[in-house]
Amino acid sequence: MIRAYRTPIVLGVIALIVIVLFGVIGSEGDSTFRISTSGDFFTVPDFVLPSRGTALVLGIVLLAIAAASALLVRRGGRVRAWVLAVFGVLAVFATLSWAIAGGTLPMTQLLQGSLALAVPLVFGALGGVLSERVGVVNIAIEGQLLAGAFSSAVVASLTGNLYAGLLAAAVAGALVSLVLAVFAITYIVDQVIVGVVLNVLVVGLTSFLHSAVLDSASNSPGRLPQIEIPLLAQIPLLGPLLFEQTLIIYLMFIAVAIVTFALFRTRWGLRLRAVGEHPQAADTVGINVARTRFMGVTLGGALAGLGGAFFTLGSVGAFSQEMTAGQGYIALAALIFGRWNPILATLAALLFGFARNLASVLGIVGSPVPSQFLLMLPYVVTLIAVAGLAGKVRGPAAAGTPYIKG
Amino acid sequence: MSAVTPPAVPPVEERDRRDGKVGTVVREIMSGSVVLSIAAILLSFVIGGILIAASDEDVQETAGYFFARPGDMLGAILDAVGGAYGALLRGAVFNPRGDNLGEMLGPISETLVYATPLVAAGLGVAVAFRAGLFNIGGTGQIVAGAAAAGWVGFAVDLPPVLHVIVALVAGILGAAVWAGIVGILKARTGAHEVILTIMLNYIALRLFDYLLTTPVLQQPGTVNPISPPVSGDAMFPSIVGRLHWGFVAMLLAVFAIWWLFAKSNLGFKIRAVGLSPSAARTAGINVGIIYVVTFAIAGGLMGIAGSAQILGTERTLTGGIAGSIGFDAITVALLGRSKPFGVLAAGILFGALRAGSRTMQASEGVPVDIVLVVQSFIVLFLAAPPLVRAIFRLPAPGSRATAILSRSKGAKA
Repeated sequence: MIRAYRTPIVLGVIALIVIVLFGVIGSEGDSTFRISTSGDFFTVPDFVLPSRGTALVLGIVLLAIAAASALLVRRGGRVRAWVLAVFGVLAVFATLSWAIAGGTLPMTQLLQGSLALAVPLVFGALGGVLSERVGVVNIAIEGQLLAGAFSSAVVASLTGNLYAGLLAAAVAGALVSLVLAVFAITYIVDQVIVGVVLNVLVVGLTSFLHSAVLDSASNSPGRLPQIEIPLLAQIPLLGPLLFEQTLIIYLMFIAVAIVTFALFRTRWGLRLRAVGEHPQAADTVGINVARTRFMGVTLGGALAGLGGAFFTLGSVGAFSQEMTAGQGYIALAALIFGRWNPILATLAALLFGFARNLASVLGIVGSPVPSQFLLMLPYVVTLIAVAGLAGKVRGPAAAGTPYIKG
Repeated sequence: MSAVTPPAVPPVEERDRRDGKVGTVVREIMSGSVVLSIAAILLSFVIGGILIAASDEDVQETAGYFFARPGDMLGAILDAVGGAYGALLRGAVFNPRGDNLGEMLGPISETLVYATPLVAAGLGVAVAFRAGLFNIGGTGQIVAGAAAAGWVGFAVDLPPVLHVIVALVAGILGAAVWAGIVGILKARTGAHEVILTIMLNYIALRLFDYLLTTPVLQQPGTVNPISPPVSGDAMFPSIVGRLHWGFVAMLLAVFAIWWLFAKSNLGFKIRAVGLSPSAARTAGINVGIIYVVTFAIAGGLMGIAGSAQILGTERTLTGGIAGSIGFDAITVALLGRSKPFGVLAAGILFGALRAGSRTMQASEGVPVDIVLVVQSFIVLFLAAPPLVRAIFRLPAPGSRATAILSRSKGAKA
C-alpha cells in the first residue's frame, strides 16, 4: 500500500525541504540570473528575484504537484515521467535561487559548461545503451572513453588532422569493446569481470605509453574549432548553447537522434532489442544472436570512443594520464537512470553535467552548499533509482547472461 | 517510457538466474588448474616485456638497421627487458647490492607491506564471490574503514596497546556498515550489487572529501584536505623495517576466512547461496540475511585493508587513501581463485609487482603503470582458459569442459 505512494511521498518530502530550508530559513537578498551575452542579437534584461520569496512560491508549487500525484495514485493512475521532469527542473531552480542569494549567476556560461561536461557522458551512455540493449553489460565505458581520448590525441598529433583523430577515437573505442565482446560472447566470461579488468588494462596501457613514449610532438593535437551557425548563434541563451559549438557536439546531437530512431523505428533496432530481451526467441526466428551482439557492442564502443575524443580534441587539447577520472562510471549511471532509453539517458547525462558544472560555478560565486554534495548527486539519484525507491527501473532482460546456442 | 513494471521485487527466478550466473563463472575460474595460472602469469610477463622493449629507445634505434645487424636489436631487447625485470626482482625479492643480509632481504618486507592491504581487500572480494556476489565497492569500503580507524587514531585518547586495537576494530566496523548498506538494499529491493557498489564508491569518496574539509577530520590550522596524524600508540608497531603488525592482522583474517568456509555453518550457508539461491531458499536458508552478512564480512575485510593503510603506512588521511586497492583486489581474488590461501599467494605476487615497479621506475625508467597492464592481462587470460590452452597447446580437460557446457545448458533449460 505504502509502496504505491512512494513517488508522491518522495516528491512531498523534497517540496517540504524546499519550503523550510530555502524559503523559511533561507538567506535574505536578491538572486540575479544573467541571460544575455555580449554577442547576442538583442539583449534580455537580467532576472532579479528575491531569494526567499522565490523559493517559497516554488516550494508551494512543488507541494501542489506532490499532492496532485498522490491523488493520481489514489485513483489508480501513475506519475508520468514528464511530471517528474517538470518537478525536477523547478526544484533545481529553487535550489539555484537559494544558493546564489545576493549574487549573480551567468546562465549562458552555466549551461554551456554543463553541456561541455555532459558530452562524454552522453556518448558513453549511448554506447552503453547499444551494448546493453543487445544483452552485454558494459562496465568498460570508462576504458572506451580513455582509449578514445588517448588515440585521438596521438593520431591527430601525428597526422596533423583533427578529424583523423576523431576517427581514431571511434576505432579505439570499438577495439576495446571488441575485446569485451570476444571475452563475453565467444569465451562466455562474466561480462562484469571483463569490463572491470578492461578498465584497469586501458588505464595501465595509456598511462604507460604516456610516460614511456609520448612527447610534445605526439601529444599536441590542438582543439577542434568552433563552428558558428549564422544568425541562429545570436539567439540569446540558446544560440551560444546549441549553435556555436565544435563538430563533436553537433555529432552528439545527431548520434542521439540516430540511435533513438534506429533502435525503436527500424527492423534492425527491433532485432537488436529482441536479442537483448529474449535471445532464445530471437534465435528461433533466425536472428544470429552472437553476430548481433558483436555488432551492438562494437558500435556502442565506437560511440563511447568518440566521446573520449572530447576530453582531448574538444576541451584540453592534450592527453594526460587517467584524464577520464571516472566519467565512464557516471555515464553508466546516466544509462541506468535513463532506463536504457537513449533520450532519457541523454537527459540524465545533461543533468549530471549540470550538477558537476554547478558545483564549480557555485564554488566561485560562493554558496552555502558544499560542492562535494553536488558532485555526489549523480550517484545518489542513481542509487535511489536502482533501489526502486522512485519507481522500478528495469534493464534489458538478458543483459549479463551469455547465450549458449542449443 | 512506459515499460515500467509495478514497483515490486523482481521475480525470484529472474534474480536467481542472474546471481547463479556469476556463481557459475566464478566456479569455473576457481576450478582451473595451477598450470593454467602459471601459464597466464608467464604470458602476461611476456606481453609486458614486449611493451617494455617496444618503448625502449635503444631498441627503436637498433630496429632501424635490424636487417644489417639483427644481433644489435636482440641485444638491446635483452638489455631493456632483462634490466627492467631484473630491477623488478631487486625491488621485490632480493637485492644483491645490499651491504648486509638485512638490506639484501629488505625488498621482501617491502613486498609484504604492499601485499597486506591487497590480500585483505582481495579476501573482501573473494568472500562475496563465494556467495555469488560481486563486490566492486572496495574503494568506498576502504575509505569508510580508513576514515573510522584514522578518526579513532587521532581524536580518541586511549592507553597504548588498546588504542591500536580499538582503531582497527573501528576500521573494520566502519567498512562493514558501509558494505552492509549494499547487502540490505540488495536483499530488500533486488537491486544489482554491481551498480550499488559502484555508486557507493563515489558517494563515499565525495563524503570523505567533504569531511576532510570539516573539523571532523581536518587538521586544525590548515586549509588542505588532510587529517591530523594518527597518534603514535594507535599505529601498528613495526615488525621489521616498514613491515608492521597489520600484516599479522591480515594473516589472522586469512585463517579466519579459511575457517569460515572450511568449518563453520555460516560459511556453508554462504556457499550454498552462491551455488544456487533458489535451492538455498528451498532448504530454509534466509537468502536476504546471508546477503547482508556476506557483505558485512566482505566490508570488514576491506576495513582491515583500510586500517593497514592508515595505521600501517600513511598515518594521515588524504583523498587518495584508498588508492586503487579496491580494484586491484578484484584481480587478486580472481587470481587467487577466491580461496583464502590462493588470495594470500596472489596478493603477495601483486604486492611484489608493486614493490618492484618502484625500483624498476627509479633505475630503468620503466613507468610503474606496466604493473597494471601485466596484472590485467593475467586476469583476462585466467578468465578465458580456452585462450591460454590454445596459446600453450595445453591439453583441454575434455570431460570437464563439456561438463561445464552442459551444466550451463541445463541451467538455461
